[in-house]
Amino acid sequence: MSTALALVFFFAPLDADQGFVQKIFYVHVPMGIVALCGFVAGGIFAIMHLRSGDPRWDMRSYVAIHLAIVLAVGVLVTGSIWARASWGHWWVWDEPMLVSFLIVFLLYATYTPLRFSIEDKEKQARYASVFAIVAGAFVPLNFAAVRMAQNFVHPETLGTTTGGMPDKMLLTFFVALVGMTLLFITLWKFEMAAKHARFRLRALRRSLAGEDEFVPIGRSAAPGL
Amino acid sequence: MLPALPLDEAGKYVAGAYLVFFALVLIYVAIMAARLSRIEREVVEIADMVQRDRAGSEQRVGETV
Repeated sequence: MSTALALVFFFAPLDADQGFVQKIFYVHVPMGIVALCGFVAGGIFAIMHLRSGDPRWDMRSYVAIHLAIVLAVGVLVTGSIWARASWGHWWVWDEPMLVSFLIVFLLYATYTPLRFSIEDKEKQARYASVFAIVAGAFVPLNFAAVRMAQNFVHPETLGTTTGGMPDKMLLTFFVALVGMTLLFITLWKFEMAAKHARFRLRALRRSLAGEDEFVPIGRSAAPGL
Repeated sequence: MLPALPLDEAGKYVAGAYLVFFALVLIYVAIMAARLSRIEREVVEIADMVQRDRAGSEQRVGETV
Protein backbone atom coordinates (compact mmCIF):
# COMPACT_ATOMS: atom_id res chain seq x y z
CA MET A 1 0.00 0.00 0.00
CA SER A 2 2.89 2.35 0.83
CA THR A 3 4.47 1.68 -2.56
CA ALA A 4 1.14 2.28 -4.23
CA LEU A 5 0.70 5.59 -2.40
CA ALA A 6 4.20 6.70 -3.38
CA LEU A 7 3.49 5.80 -7.01
CA VAL A 8 0.10 7.56 -6.97
CA PHE A 9 1.47 10.88 -5.77
CA PHE A 10 5.05 10.91 -7.14
CA PHE A 11 5.08 8.69 -10.23
CA ALA A 12 1.70 8.55 -11.97
CA PRO A 13 1.12 11.49 -14.34
CA LEU A 14 -1.82 13.85 -13.95
CA ASP A 15 -4.85 12.96 -16.03
CA ALA A 16 -5.36 15.28 -18.98
CA ASP A 17 -9.14 15.54 -18.50
CA GLN A 18 -9.66 15.38 -14.76
CA GLY A 19 -6.34 16.62 -13.40
CA PHE A 20 -5.46 15.87 -9.76
CA VAL A 21 -8.95 14.58 -8.89
CA GLN A 22 -8.24 11.43 -10.94
CA LYS A 23 -5.91 10.27 -8.11
CA ILE A 24 -9.08 9.06 -6.35
CA PHE A 25 -9.24 6.38 -9.05
CA TYR A 26 -6.24 4.55 -7.49
CA VAL A 27 -8.07 3.96 -4.22
CA HIS A 28 -11.67 3.79 -5.46
CA VAL A 29 -11.33 1.24 -8.26
CA PRO A 30 -9.00 -1.27 -6.50
CA MET A 31 -11.28 -1.10 -3.46
CA GLY A 32 -14.29 -1.80 -5.70
CA ILE A 33 -12.61 -4.71 -7.48
CA VAL A 34 -11.40 -6.27 -4.22
CA ALA A 35 -14.83 -5.79 -2.60
CA LEU A 36 -16.56 -7.54 -5.52
CA CYS A 37 -13.93 -10.33 -5.48
CA GLY A 38 -14.53 -10.63 -1.72
CA PHE A 39 -18.24 -11.18 -2.36
CA VAL A 40 -17.46 -13.81 -5.00
CA ALA A 41 -14.91 -15.47 -2.68
CA GLY A 42 -17.61 -15.56 0.01
CA GLY A 43 -19.84 -17.41 -2.48
CA ILE A 44 -17.07 -19.91 -3.32
CA PHE A 45 -16.41 -20.58 0.39
CA ALA A 46 -20.17 -21.03 0.84
CA ILE A 47 -20.17 -23.70 -1.92
CA MET A 48 -17.34 -25.46 -0.06
CA HIS A 49 -19.40 -25.25 3.13
CA LEU A 50 -22.48 -26.80 1.56
CA ARG A 51 -20.37 -29.53 -0.08
CA SER A 52 -18.36 -30.46 3.00
CA GLY A 53 -20.62 -29.40 5.88
CA ASP A 54 -17.48 -28.05 7.59
CA PRO A 55 -18.42 -24.93 9.63
CA ARG A 56 -14.95 -23.47 9.03
CA TRP A 57 -15.93 -22.77 5.40
CA ASP A 58 -18.98 -20.88 6.66
CA MET A 59 -16.69 -18.85 8.88
CA ARG A 60 -14.41 -18.08 5.92
CA SER A 61 -17.39 -17.04 3.84
CA TYR A 62 -18.77 -14.85 6.64
CA VAL A 63 -15.46 -13.04 7.21
CA ALA A 64 -14.89 -12.49 3.46
CA ILE A 65 -18.37 -11.01 2.99
CA HIS A 66 -18.11 -8.96 6.17
CA LEU A 67 -14.80 -7.44 5.02
CA ALA A 68 -16.09 -6.88 1.49
CA ILE A 69 -19.05 -4.94 2.93
CA VAL A 70 -16.60 -2.66 4.79
CA LEU A 71 -14.71 -2.05 1.53
CA ALA A 72 -17.99 -1.51 -0.33
CA VAL A 73 -18.86 1.31 2.07
CA GLY A 74 -15.49 2.83 1.19
CA VAL A 75 -16.21 2.43 -2.54
CA LEU A 76 -19.54 4.20 -2.23
CA VAL A 77 -18.13 7.09 -0.20
CA THR A 78 -14.98 7.60 -2.31
CA GLY A 79 -17.06 7.23 -5.48
CA SER A 80 -19.41 9.87 -4.22
CA ILE A 81 -16.52 12.24 -3.50
CA TRP A 82 -15.11 11.60 -6.99
CA ALA A 83 -18.54 12.19 -8.55
CA ARG A 84 -18.87 15.50 -6.71
CA ALA A 85 -15.44 16.63 -7.94
CA SER A 86 -15.95 15.41 -11.54
CA TRP A 87 -19.66 15.84 -12.19
CA GLY A 88 -20.67 18.37 -9.54
CA HIS A 89 -23.10 15.94 -7.86
CA TRP A 90 -22.62 13.60 -4.90
CA TRP A 91 -24.78 10.95 -6.52
CA VAL A 92 -26.10 10.40 -10.05
CA TRP A 93 -29.05 8.04 -10.39
CA ASP A 94 -28.79 7.57 -14.18
CA GLU A 95 -25.24 6.16 -13.92
CA PRO A 96 -25.47 2.33 -14.27
CA MET A 97 -22.15 1.56 -12.54
CA LEU A 98 -23.06 3.54 -9.41
CA VAL A 99 -26.58 2.23 -9.12
CA SER A 100 -25.57 -1.38 -9.80
CA PHE A 101 -22.88 -1.20 -7.12
CA LEU A 102 -25.42 0.28 -4.71
CA ILE A 103 -27.77 -2.62 -5.48
CA VAL A 104 -24.98 -5.14 -4.78
CA PHE A 105 -24.15 -3.32 -1.54
CA LEU A 106 -27.80 -3.25 -0.41
CA LEU A 107 -28.13 -6.93 -1.30
CA TYR A 108 -25.18 -7.80 0.93
CA ALA A 109 -26.36 -5.40 3.63
CA THR A 110 -29.12 -7.96 4.28
CA TYR A 111 -26.59 -10.77 4.86
CA THR A 112 -25.84 -9.99 8.51
CA PRO A 113 -29.50 -9.36 9.49
CA LEU A 114 -30.38 -12.65 7.74
CA ARG A 115 -27.83 -14.52 9.83
CA PHE A 116 -28.93 -12.73 12.99
CA SER A 117 -32.57 -13.64 12.41
CA ILE A 118 -31.85 -17.39 12.49
CA GLU A 119 -31.16 -18.71 15.97
CA ASP A 120 -30.26 -22.30 15.11
CA LYS A 121 -26.55 -22.20 14.15
CA GLU A 122 -26.75 -25.06 11.66
CA LYS A 123 -29.71 -23.54 9.84
CA GLN A 124 -28.08 -20.13 9.99
CA ALA A 125 -24.92 -21.45 8.31
CA ARG A 126 -26.89 -23.30 5.63
CA TYR A 127 -29.23 -20.42 4.74
CA ALA A 128 -26.36 -17.91 4.79
CA SER A 129 -24.36 -20.15 2.44
CA VAL A 130 -27.26 -20.36 0.00
CA PHE A 131 -27.59 -16.59 0.13
CA ALA A 132 -23.82 -16.11 -0.37
CA ILE A 133 -23.81 -18.42 -3.43
CA VAL A 134 -26.80 -16.76 -5.12
CA ALA A 135 -25.58 -13.25 -4.35
CA GLY A 136 -22.01 -14.20 -5.31
CA ALA A 137 -23.25 -15.38 -8.71
CA PHE A 138 -25.21 -12.14 -9.10
CA VAL A 139 -22.09 -9.97 -8.65
CA PRO A 140 -20.20 -10.87 -11.89
CA LEU A 141 -23.47 -11.08 -13.84
CA ASN A 142 -24.42 -7.61 -12.66
CA PHE A 143 -20.97 -6.26 -13.47
CA ALA A 144 -21.00 -7.84 -16.94
CA ALA A 145 -24.48 -6.44 -17.63
CA VAL A 146 -23.32 -2.94 -16.78
CA ARG A 147 -20.21 -3.30 -18.94
CA MET A 148 -22.32 -4.47 -21.85
CA ALA A 149 -24.78 -1.63 -21.45
CA GLN A 150 -24.51 1.01 -24.11
CA ASN A 151 -24.77 4.04 -21.89
CA PHE A 152 -21.10 4.58 -21.01
CA VAL A 153 -21.20 7.70 -18.91
CA HIS A 154 -19.00 6.32 -16.17
CA PRO A 155 -15.30 6.87 -16.94
CA GLU A 156 -13.81 3.73 -18.43
CA THR A 157 -10.74 2.64 -16.56
CA LEU A 158 -8.72 -0.17 -18.10
CA GLY A 159 -9.75 0.01 -21.72
CA THR A 160 -11.29 2.81 -23.70
CA THR A 161 -12.03 3.45 -27.32
CA THR A 162 -9.33 6.12 -27.26
CA GLY A 163 -6.59 3.69 -26.29
CA GLY A 164 -6.72 3.24 -22.52
CA MET A 165 -4.42 4.44 -19.75
CA PRO A 166 -0.77 5.40 -20.15
CA ASP A 167 1.72 2.78 -18.93
CA LYS A 168 2.70 4.74 -15.80
CA MET A 169 -0.93 5.03 -14.73
CA LEU A 170 -1.55 1.36 -15.48
CA LEU A 171 1.48 0.28 -13.43
CA THR A 172 0.37 2.46 -10.50
CA PHE A 173 -3.12 1.05 -10.74
CA PHE A 174 -1.89 -2.57 -10.66
CA VAL A 175 0.40 -1.89 -7.69
CA ALA A 176 -2.57 -0.29 -5.89
CA LEU A 177 -4.72 -3.31 -6.78
CA VAL A 178 -2.10 -5.75 -5.46
CA GLY A 179 -1.74 -3.65 -2.29
CA MET A 180 -5.50 -3.62 -1.74
CA THR A 181 -5.70 -7.38 -2.33
CA LEU A 182 -2.91 -8.02 0.17
CA LEU A 183 -4.62 -5.73 2.69
CA PHE A 184 -7.86 -7.67 2.25
CA ILE A 185 -6.11 -11.03 2.70
CA THR A 186 -4.21 -9.77 5.77
CA LEU A 187 -7.34 -8.44 7.46
CA TRP A 188 -9.24 -11.61 6.52
CA LYS A 189 -6.55 -13.79 8.10
CA PHE A 190 -6.41 -11.48 11.13
CA GLU A 191 -10.16 -11.75 11.73
CA MET A 192 -10.16 -15.51 11.07
CA ALA A 193 -7.38 -15.99 13.64
CA ALA A 194 -9.24 -13.86 16.19
CA LYS A 195 -12.48 -15.78 15.66
CA HIS A 196 -10.74 -19.17 15.91
CA ALA A 197 -8.99 -18.11 19.12
CA ARG A 198 -12.32 -16.93 20.58
CA PHE A 199 -14.12 -20.18 19.76
CA ARG A 200 -11.27 -22.33 21.09
CA LEU A 201 -11.29 -20.32 24.30
CA ARG A 202 -15.03 -20.75 24.65
CA ALA A 203 -14.66 -24.51 24.15
CA LEU A 204 -11.86 -24.61 26.73
CA ARG A 205 -13.89 -22.59 29.23
CA ARG A 206 -16.87 -24.90 28.68
CA SER A 207 -14.76 -27.99 29.34
CA LEU A 208 -13.23 -26.41 32.46
CA ALA A 209 -16.38 -24.92 33.97
CA GLY A 210 -18.68 -27.75 32.92
CA GLU A 211 -21.86 -27.45 30.85
CA ASP A 212 -24.00 -26.46 33.89
CA GLU A 213 -21.97 -23.42 34.87
CA PHE A 214 -21.32 -22.31 31.31
CA VAL A 215 -23.40 -19.28 30.28
CA PRO A 216 -24.05 -19.37 26.54
CA ILE A 217 -23.77 -16.15 24.54
CA GLY A 218 -26.94 -14.65 23.12
CA ARG A 219 -28.05 -14.73 19.50
CA SER A 220 -25.25 -13.78 17.13
CA ALA A 221 -24.81 -13.28 13.40
CA ALA A 222 -21.30 -14.74 13.58
CA PRO A 223 -20.94 -18.43 12.79
CA GLY A 224 -20.22 -20.93 15.53
CA LEU A 225 -17.54 -23.59 15.24
CA MET B 1 -18.05 16.14 -16.98
CA LEU B 2 -16.86 19.36 -15.36
CA PRO B 3 -13.54 20.93 -16.41
CA ALA B 4 -10.56 19.80 -14.28
CA LEU B 5 -10.58 21.45 -10.86
CA PRO B 6 -7.58 23.57 -9.80
CA LEU B 7 -5.10 21.77 -7.53
CA ASP B 8 -6.13 23.56 -4.30
CA GLU B 9 -9.77 22.60 -4.80
CA ALA B 10 -9.10 19.09 -6.14
CA GLY B 11 -6.73 18.42 -3.24
CA LYS B 12 -9.61 18.58 -0.74
CA TYR B 13 -11.53 15.87 -2.59
CA VAL B 14 -8.50 13.63 -3.05
CA ALA B 15 -7.50 14.03 0.62
CA GLY B 16 -11.10 13.32 1.63
CA ALA B 17 -11.25 10.12 -0.41
CA TYR B 18 -7.95 8.79 0.95
CA LEU B 19 -8.92 9.78 4.51
CA VAL B 20 -12.16 7.83 4.17
CA PHE B 21 -10.17 4.76 3.15
CA PHE B 22 -7.66 5.08 5.99
CA ALA B 23 -10.40 5.84 8.51
CA LEU B 24 -12.25 2.67 7.49
CA VAL B 25 -9.13 0.53 7.86
CA LEU B 26 -8.27 2.23 11.18
CA ILE B 27 -11.78 1.71 12.60
CA TYR B 28 -11.70 -1.93 11.50
CA VAL B 29 -8.29 -2.51 13.08
CA ALA B 30 -9.41 -0.72 16.27
CA ILE B 31 -12.49 -2.97 16.55
CA MET B 32 -10.31 -6.03 16.00
CA ALA B 33 -7.85 -4.79 18.64
CA ALA B 34 -10.72 -4.39 21.13
CA ARG B 35 -11.83 -7.96 20.39
CA LEU B 36 -8.28 -9.24 20.82
CA SER B 37 -8.00 -7.54 24.20
CA ARG B 38 -11.25 -9.29 25.21
CA ILE B 39 -9.70 -12.60 24.13
CA GLU B 40 -6.64 -11.76 26.21
CA ARG B 41 -8.85 -11.14 29.28
CA GLU B 42 -10.54 -14.49 28.68
CA VAL B 43 -7.15 -16.22 28.49
CA VAL B 44 -6.24 -14.70 31.87
CA GLU B 45 -9.58 -15.84 33.35
CA ILE B 46 -9.09 -19.37 32.04
CA ALA B 47 -5.50 -19.48 33.33
CA ASP B 48 -6.86 -18.46 36.77
CA MET B 49 -9.51 -21.20 36.56
CA VAL B 50 -6.87 -23.80 35.71
CA GLN B 51 -4.67 -22.63 38.58
CA ARG B 52 -7.59 -22.76 41.04
CA ASP B 53 -8.50 -26.26 39.82
CA ARG B 54 -4.91 -27.43 40.19
CA ALA B 55 -4.58 -25.93 43.68
CA GLY B 56 -7.88 -27.54 44.69
CA SER B 57 -6.90 -30.98 43.43
CA GLU B 58 -3.46 -30.77 45.13
CA GLN B 59 -5.19 -29.85 48.40
CA ARG B 60 -7.54 -32.85 48.06
CA VAL B 61 -4.57 -35.16 47.41
CA GLY B 62 -2.81 -33.76 50.52
CA GLU B 63 -5.91 -34.32 52.68
CA THR B 64 -6.29 -37.96 51.57
CA VAL B 65 -2.58 -38.66 52.23
